[in-house]
Amino acid sequence: MRSDRPPLALTLAAAAGLAFLHLPILLIFLYAFTTDERTYAFPPPGLTTQWFAVAWNRADIWPPLFLSLKVAAISTTLALILGTLCAGAMARARFFGRDQISLLVILPIALPGIITGMSLRSAFAILEIPFSTWTIVLGHATFCIVIVFNNAVARLRRLSGSVVEASMDLGANAFQTLRHVILPNMGSALLAGGMLAFALSFDEVIVTTFTAGQQSTLPIWMLNELVRPRQRPVTNVVAIVVFLTTFVPILIAYWLTRGGSETAGGGK
Amino acid sequence: MTSAVEFINVSRHFGPVRAVDGVDLTIPEGAFFAMLGPSGSGKTTCLRLISGFEAPTGGAIRIFGQDVSAVPPNRRNVNTVFQDYALFPHMSVRENVAYGLQMRGVGRRLREARADELLEMVKLAGYGDRKPGALSGGQRQRVALARALINEPRVLLLDEPLGALDLKLREAMQDELKALQARLKITFVFVTHDQGEALSMADTIAVFSEGKIAQIGTPSDIYDRPQTRFVADFVGSSNVLSPDQARAVGGPARWCSLRPEALRLVAAGGKIAGQVQALRYLGAGTRVVVGTPGGEMTALLPAGGAVPAPGTPVALDWDANALHVMEGEA
Amino acid sequence: MSRDAILPVRGLGDRLTGLFWRHPGLMVALMLALPLGWLVLVYLGSLAALLVQSFFSIDEFSGLIRREFTLSTYAELLRAQNLDIILRTVTMAAAVTLGCAVIGFPIAYFAARYARGGWKALFYLGVMLPLWSSYLVKVYAWKLILAREGIITWATGATGTTPVLEAVLAIPVIGGVSLSTSYIGTWSVFVYVWLPYMILPMQAALERVPNSMLEASADLGASRWQTFRTVVFPLALPGIIAGSIFTFSLTMGDYIIPQIVGSSRRFIGQAVYQLQGTAGNIPLAAAFAVVPIVIMVIYLTIARRKGAFDAL
Repeated sequence: MRSDRPPLALTLAAAAGLAFLHLPILLIFLYAFTTDERTYAFPPPGLTTQWFAVAWNRADIWPPLFLSLKVAAISTTLALILGTLCAGAMARARFFGRDQISLLVILPIALPGIITGMSLRSAFAILEIPFSTWTIVLGHATFCIVIVFNNAVARLRRLSGSVVEASMDLGANAFQTLRHVILPNMGSALLAGGMLAFALSFDEVIVTTFTAGQQSTLPIWMLNELVRPRQRPVTNVVAIVVFLTTFVPILIAYWLTRGGSETAGGGK
Repeated sequence: MTSAVEFINVSRHFGPVRAVDGVDLTIPEGAFFAMLGPSGSGKTTCLRLISGFEAPTGGAIRIFGQDVSAVPPNRRNVNTVFQDYALFPHMSVRENVAYGLQMRGVGRRLREARADELLEMVKLAGYGDRKPGALSGGQRQRVALARALINEPRVLLLDEPLGALDLKLREAMQDELKALQARLKITFVFVTHDQGEALSMADTIAVFSEGKIAQIGTPSDIYDRPQTRFVADFVGSSNVLSPDQARAVGGPARWCSLRPEALRLVAAGGKIAGQVQALRYLGAGTRVVVGTPGGEMTALLPAGGAVPAPGTPVALDWDANALHVMEGEA
Repeated sequence: MSRDAILPVRGLGDRLTGLFWRHPGLMVALMLALPLGWLVLVYLGSLAALLVQSFFSIDEFSGLIRREFTLSTYAELLRAQNLDIILRTVTMAAAVTLGCAVIGFPIAYFAARYARGGWKALFYLGVMLPLWSSYLVKVYAWKLILAREGIITWATGATGTTPVLEAVLAIPVIGGVSLSTSYIGTWSVFVYVWLPYMILPMQAALERVPNSMLEASADLGASRWQTFRTVVFPLALPGIIAGSIFTFSLTMGDYIIPQIVGSSRRFIGQAVYQLQGTAGNIPLAAAFAVVPIVIMVIYLTIARRKGAFDAL
């Protein structure tokens, strides 16, 4: 234990573990090019790029895609507003019930999706609310709040407390301080939070299946394809799209917040 | 002449804690005023009461005759140099300095020109485009100073301004601040726990203890004629004599103080006999702890003279007028 | 420049600022009103709805929900087939937790103790990226891998380990016709998807073990294994328990993975989904959904006593 060189077995185990984590995704990319549309045969009998064009022309893919984008956009906007307001109130003030509110903010994402989904479903049943885009948004926005909240609070805490006082000392009222000092410093944290919320909403499937009724978001479409596959490589193409649409924002968010100790979505 | 700042029986309570407890204070215009005291004594709270970041729970605060109790900080013509400088990290140095004018609606070209003037005044000409993160502690402090002066406040508040600087820098800044104040003729009020700083920079010092003012006076008043045991001990570590001890050495039956540098060590005669217990070499002098029947007394011998070894029997002597009666003690 | 001590009010912004300065609680309350209102109404409200529904029952003849308080729905849970589902789910959750702990520990240990500087960031990314990759894509990837004609069959064929695969599949209960229809397959996918949730708290806990402690142990004569057993493992335990909270809870609540990779025997999640969908038995679905909540509350209480919350 004294040396700084790790034992070989450990290094191998760690490397194997990491490979285990990453290999499956790479396979999806590979399978999008296979010529075999009926099975998942490995190695792929041949490679082709035709499936991308086929996916583009499939009529049943675009509506779910648009719905996913729409829901993600609305939910992210709501989460940004609610999460930032909450963070602003909680970052520094010490008041009765603060810990309880922190718990409440994190609960939607801490409890398994099936509970959140079933709860909303129960509520819709009792209140006789029909399924719509808004029922989906209701669920998504709720668990996206904590994402924005975490990023905003982490950044606000890093901001030296005296900076806000200094701004007021020099003559700025609360709104000027917000505009010239607080928001510019929070900008990248809010952007990161927004990107993470978007990715989360776009990818979410469990809660969505309870709140969507007859509609399909892209993940729901994929789920149906998994259970009853039509053209498997097309599903792979869609999988790549879903992967990139969630992966890229997260990468950007990580890059935006890597300066500090903010958990850019650490511990979903 | 109106005084710059007036506290009339001001209190600031946080529940049962009395951070500031019935303080009366008058700071004359143009003064270089120090609020000195240990942590928790209420000096910083008083500073924040002037700037507006605390509101009094009792009493009234006037700035140049106007009652500011209901006025938020952004509308007081008072500016602060914060202890951690609080520079805006996302703005350049010039933009930081110009911020005050920007909030007053002054156009960009005009305010940036004025900012450059101030940067030159604090000897940071040419640093305008840098970001605060790229500056040293001393440089950041100057930027904070320039930023606080651009609005030409009538009172400048400084919260432990020199605390984060090293010794050489601290001494240089002390001289600069004094020169600046003399030139600008603004009232400076600063808070410090360092009595050396207060004694060398201020023309009036208020010594705080437990939310109240123990004594206000000029530096020499505070140092040579402390009025309570607390002041005597906090500012320069005096020797304190109880009424009995004072009478035994020919003084009045009151609490008295004696500065260590007023004591002389003599071989015979003298007012108190004792034995040298410990020495501490300070460079510019030697601190000698002498054990006497009434307790320990500390003498400060100047450099260059003979210093007796520990264990040597000695007698302590002083001039009659060096024994100071502490009026504040009952 | 004004020579006054007090500057004039310049408009609504200044007036509101004065109001907030005099009443700081007001600003906090205003800011919290919207988000708190949303969370309480939407989230706590629906949790309450869940609980309420679980005390309703379904009329056997009309198929409609009877809105009267009754415990009969919970009594239904005690039926053999339903208890079966619950037991199956809890067992799988425990197995997944164990698997994640064992597989994740070397990675966490390596990242905490041996990775420095750039490598540390790489490891962090290496664990975080799969975490944030699309859940459904990950599950789908495993369906590809586990398929009878997929890469595992090819790999075992190429390395001559096909008999091993067949032996594994022949294990009763957890084996099956192919990996993608067996409990082993389900278990593998669960472990894969939740692994990062276990690694991160473990790594955090391990990073808190100071090097000096390990050196002291070696100094006092302990072998590497002894040091591991008596120093490292107990200190890492809170992190393991913290990670297990995630893996246990997530496994219990999942219904997609068993549906895509596994036998047709149901887990709690699938039961909930099916009951509230085509079967229209929302009360029973709600009752089923309450079970993981209760289990997790018990689990969390035990975990907190073991100090796992400090590792989060």
